[in-house]
Amino acid sequence: MAKIIVVTSGKGGVGKTTSAAAIATGLALRGNKTVVIDFDVGLRNLDLIMGCERRVVYDLVNVIQGEAGLKQALIRDKRTENLHILPASQTRDKEALTLEGVEKVLADLAGEFDYIICDSPAGIERGAQLALYFADEAVVVTNPEVSSVRDSDRILGLLSSKSRRAEQGQDPIKEHLLITRYNPNRVDDGDMLNLEDIREILAIDLVGLIPESEAVLRASNQGVPVIHDDKSDAGQAYADTVSRLMGEDVPLRFQLVQKKGLIARMFGGGNRR
Amino acid sequence: MRLLDFLKGERKKSASVAKERLQIIVAHQRGQRGQPDYMPMLEQELLEVIRRYVKVDQDAINISLDSDNDCSVLELNVTLPNDVEDAKR
Repeated sequence: MAKIIVVTSGKGGVGKTTSAAAIATGLALRGNKTVVIDFDVGLRNLDLIMGCERRVVYDLVNVIQGEAGLKQALIRDKRTENLHILPASQTRDKEALTLEGVEKVLADLAGEFDYIICDSPAGIERGAQLALYFADEAVVVTNPEVSSVRDSDRILGLLSSKSRRAEQGQDPIKEHLLITRYNPNRVDDGDMLNLEDIREILAIDLVGLIPESEAVLRASNQGVPVIHDDKSDAGQAYADTVSRLMGEDVPLRFQLVQKKGLIARMFGGGNRR
Repeated sequence: MRLLDFLKGERKKSASVAKERLQIIVAHQRGQRGQPDYMPMLEQELLEVIRRYVKVDQDAINISLDSDNDCSVLELNVTLPNDVEDAKR
């Protein structure tokens, strides 16, 4: 039976799609049959981050409304085996998604895949609620910044009340905190919330810490999920996150200021870590 | 600039201000979790009724709904001004 994981945050622009793409790719690289679904109807972007925007023919709404079969709409990832993408519609509005339709699509996918990753839209409206409703686990993406932390707490409230697991009285959704755009230098200066503070305020387990990294923009420019850049700090941090999602115990990295060596300091070095 | 801050004595770091503000707002949000949707409206209307009789501040009212097994308690907390007679309109 497939495990359904929603990547959500409340606030926009914190790295949901980047994280969903990296996590789905990472799970597939580890041999899991994985599909990643874009729930942001009207503003799809997962296809760009995954680098398959020119291969989109049918989308999630087409499937829900019976205009295309699931097999027709699923895009096979060119780089990674075991990985499929189900894009969102660009032309419809969020009303086109129905609870029954989403349930049917997820049930059909569950027969074929080990992991179903749902990339939630920002906000707490219909699209976001449907993305999390059927989830078994949730990755709550949070920036070390006040509005992001507050919105994450709102999402935690939805996860614990407006999900299938909550409404049917099953075990609650397993909630994971994923901190992104973390800058240890600013934390050291006392101008950025540190990870302990965020964990304490939100009171959920940390599944990963992604440092602010130039590799992320480079990856999205190229349409290659950043986890493929295994030399980069962000790529390695996402790989650790995937290991933890699969139940492995991996020590935390990148939470401390990286001391530059003399030569790196002399020649600038940059952040090409 | 850093040196100046150091000489003037440690200013409060912005991250710790952020933490304090978040702790308060998150505690407040969590208090409202699972409450019925009509609560903000009820709070507003109760406040209006009370203000017809006593001059109280907009934030002097605190309302909460606690559920305990099969019994729900609606708790209303109003901070009245020191001298109630004076405050009468």
